[in-house]
Amino acid sequence: MATYQLNINGQRKEVNVDPSTPLLWVLREDLKMTGTKFGCGISACGACTVHVGGVATRSCIVPVSHVGDRPIVTIEGIGQDSVGRAVQDSWVETDVVQCGYCQSGQIMAAVALLKHTPKPTDQNIDESMGGNICRCATYPRIREAIKNAAAELTKGGA
Amino acid sequence: MAITSKDSDLNRRGFLRVSFAAAGGLIVSLYLEPRFALAQEGVTQSQTPPARKDFPPAAFVNIRPDGKIVIEVNRLEFGQGVQTSLPMLLADEMDADWGSVIANLAPAADVYKDPMFGIQMVGGSGSIAHSFQQYRDLGAKTRAMLVAAAAERWNTSPDQCRTEASVVHGPGGRSATYAELASDAAKKPVPTNVRLKGPTEFKLIGKKVKRLDSRSKCDGTLKFGLDLDLPGMKVAVVAHPPVFGAKVKRVVDDEARRIEGVRDVFEIPLAKGTGVAVVADKFWPAKQARSRLKIEWDMTEVHPADSAELWTMYKELSQKPGNVAVAKGDASAGDKIPAANRIVAEYEFPFLAHSPMEPLNTTIRFDGDRAEVWAGSQFQTVDQMAVAEVLGLKPDQVTFHTEMAGGGFGRRAVADSHVQREAATIAKRLRGTPVKLVWTREDDVQGGYYRPMHFHRVEVGIGADGMPAAWRHIIVGQSITADTPFASFVVKNGVDSTATEGAADTHYNFPNHHVWAHHPKVNVPVLWWRSVGHTHTAFVMETLIDELAQRAKMDPIAYRRKLLKPEAKKLLGPLALLETATAGWRNRLPNGHALGISCHESFGTGVACAVDVSIENKRPRIHRATLAVDCGLAVNPLSVESQFQAGVGFGLIQLMAKGAITLKDGRVEQKNFDGYVPPYIVDAPIAVDVHIVPSTEAPSGCGEPPVPVISPAVVNALARLTGKRYRSLPLVSI
Repeated sequence: MATYQLNINGQRKEVNVDPSTPLLWVLREDLKMTGTKFGCGISACGACTVHVGGVATRSCIVPVSHVGDRPIVTIEGIGQDSVGRAVQDSWVETDVVQCGYCQSGQIMAAVALLKHTPKPTDQNIDESMGGNICRCATYPRIREAIKNAAAELTKGGA
Repeated sequence: MAITSKDSDLNRRGFLRVSFAAAGGLIVSLYLEPRFALAQEGVTQSQTPPARKDFPPAAFVNIRPDGKIVIEVNRLEFGQGVQTSLPMLLADEMDADWGSVIANLAPAADVYKDPMFGIQMVGGSGSIAHSFQQYRDLGAKTRAMLVAAAAERWNTSPDQCRTEASVVHGPGGRSATYAELASDAAKKPVPTNVRLKGPTEFKLIGKKVKRLDSRSKCDGTLKFGLDLDLPGMKVAVVAHPPVFGAKVKRVVDDEARRIEGVRDVFEIPLAKGTGVAVVADKFWPAKQARSRLKIEWDMTEVHPADSAELWTMYKELSQKPGNVAVAKGDASAGDKIPAANRIVAEYEFPFLAHSPMEPLNTTIRFDGDRAEVWAGSQFQTVDQMAVAEVLGLKPDQVTFHTEMAGGGFGRRAVADSHVQREAATIAKRLRGTPVKLVWTREDDVQGGYYRPMHFHRVEVGIGADGMPAAWRHIIVGQSITADTPFASFVVKNGVDSTATEGAADTHYNFPNHHVWAHHPKVNVPVLWWRSVGHTHTAFVMETLIDELAQRAKMDPIAYRRKLLKPEAKKLLGPLALLETATAGWRNRLPNGHALGISCHESFGTGVACAVDVSIENKRPRIHRATLAVDCGLAVNPLSVESQFQAGVGFGLIQLMAKGAITLKDGRVEQKNFDGYVPPYIVDAPIAVDVHIVPSTEAPSGCGEPPVPVISPAVVNALARLTGKRYRSLPLVSI
């Protein structure tokens, strides 16, 4: 067991866990932040996607000991960010979700995409969202919601 | 569509019970006698309903003092949208303010049983179809009681009152909110006969209504079963046998027990064989400990299934007729047709795992004379009974909470309740301590209960007009319902209709039509997988019909319309609509693109599908899919649209290069999403447009019908690009 100070959604959190514990399980079980989901445990589905140091990261394979002081943002905190809020709103407006279990990860991946690529093409979307599985296969509406969010965010701007 | 419910089963067999909610307000409960008691405890179809027990204080509608209207949903929500669509039905008839409606997933109780199936369940795409009248009736009766209360208060007659947005308006500008009237309304008798709205009066039904659960699924606040956290709760994982049914011979657990946080390691019986449970404070130590177990397995009593051997056996079986599913006309008619006008086609379909995104899980606390269960279950009644049996309780001693589930596709509707039995076995030992059983993705991919492998052999004799004159069809695959209480409904003359549906009941007109089935016994547990038999039968039918259309040099839509029986309205309508909807692009595709067509009816819903496909990186790229659908009245067209837009993507796992579960020497060769790979965004259609045939007929299901049409449409397009016909799935190469 070891103690880690984590910066999550702008707050300091202290946990005492085995160093091998993946960030996903620290979030879900030690910090009771269950918005980040367990899907596969091998970084193949993206349900566990969070931002670590601004980068979309599969939290199921990142040991908590590797996080350091990089800021972590999860689905619970992404709404504080203007892009994050726009993506969440667009998801609701486009009625994307079905079972909804993968959507935390989809939204975190989409926010990372739009932060780097404000006006993504279909190919940009394929590449950035290409590692997130939705078993309901809500993909057409995910694509549409990303485009709607991009339009909303760039409205009146560049 | 009936606009009154005077003849419905609800009025004849059900009654309303009204009581005050604990917090004040009105609760209206409708109790139903099941049409038939589904075989429970091994008892098959019973003529007399089971004796009525004391019902829990269950309810469908609760008008709270704050004006919120809580509507109980009698089924699992796992993506299909019933948590929104069922309350829409009730709220519309009740004239409730939709903005005040809160939907709640009901726990297991007799009152929440499916009016058709007689158990509480989701299946057969029946949620809306079976509860359409039920929920409208409940809404209309609740409204009538509120109006009666208002009329009494104002000393007027009910027909002088009207309702709108949770308010009763009376003569002289008087009005009262539903919340104000709730207590008085609860004392009113429940009307036996209420008028239901006609289609022109609907305010919600037939309108595009957004999901009630979107926001909480987008901000991380919604709790799925796996997210449950109870004080003192432990987490369990189970080491399952490497071959189905094998038993633990010896286990060395010293290393596992040394992991910090591990509380217990013990052998448990499973639905098939035995396993070793590890209980820990949290998931991670439990999983770590499981990987450190050294288990020696006893395989002496289990037959190791092997895909290669099964294909050989299935192919052999397909050379001779089996149990008769259809025998129409002359079975040897095809033999009289010249060889040049005959097609012999053989198809292979592998095992498929459902792999819902939320791994399987169940939480149970056993307190000696009571138990509490939290599970995302498609089969509350069955799972509740299984838990009770393991714990030595009666079902009514088991409180069963329905948790929101992250997908399921049939995987949470298992006749042997094996996950709940595992959890109950562990909870029994932990008496007093709640325990959450978690299946990892590896447990899920390797754990069986697959869409069964199937082999089809079809011999078609083509007439001089280019239409099929003789159709001989042999289907080989495990029976899903054999050895379950469902067999008595589903298996007739040795034919399991869940294997032949979509082929035996085809709407194509074949003058000579024969279908046989073989159901070999194989040591691999199998299960219904979204759209069940249609997953393979539609592929066979629609690829062969397409080949016939191509040979006849006919348009694929025109050929189908010509071959369909005139009474196949649920396909003819969508095909006509598809023709119009695709007029702008169907015959103007860029070079390197091709059109693929299919149509199929399942669960009472007819679907026609057109896709625009090219080949990119040696894989099909689906630029567009257009779907035309006849599902009767579309209760929530937005939900219908989303089921179809996404459901076709779900179906595409059949075409993924790694879309197969295979066995070698009894062991499943895939472990996780790296070996069994579902469609990603790049594999799904870029855009899907859905066109709904206008209808006022009773609604039919939309959960499963999207799945069967997509794979045949895509390979039909590929056939036009490559000149090859694709009959073995998965689609390893093009």
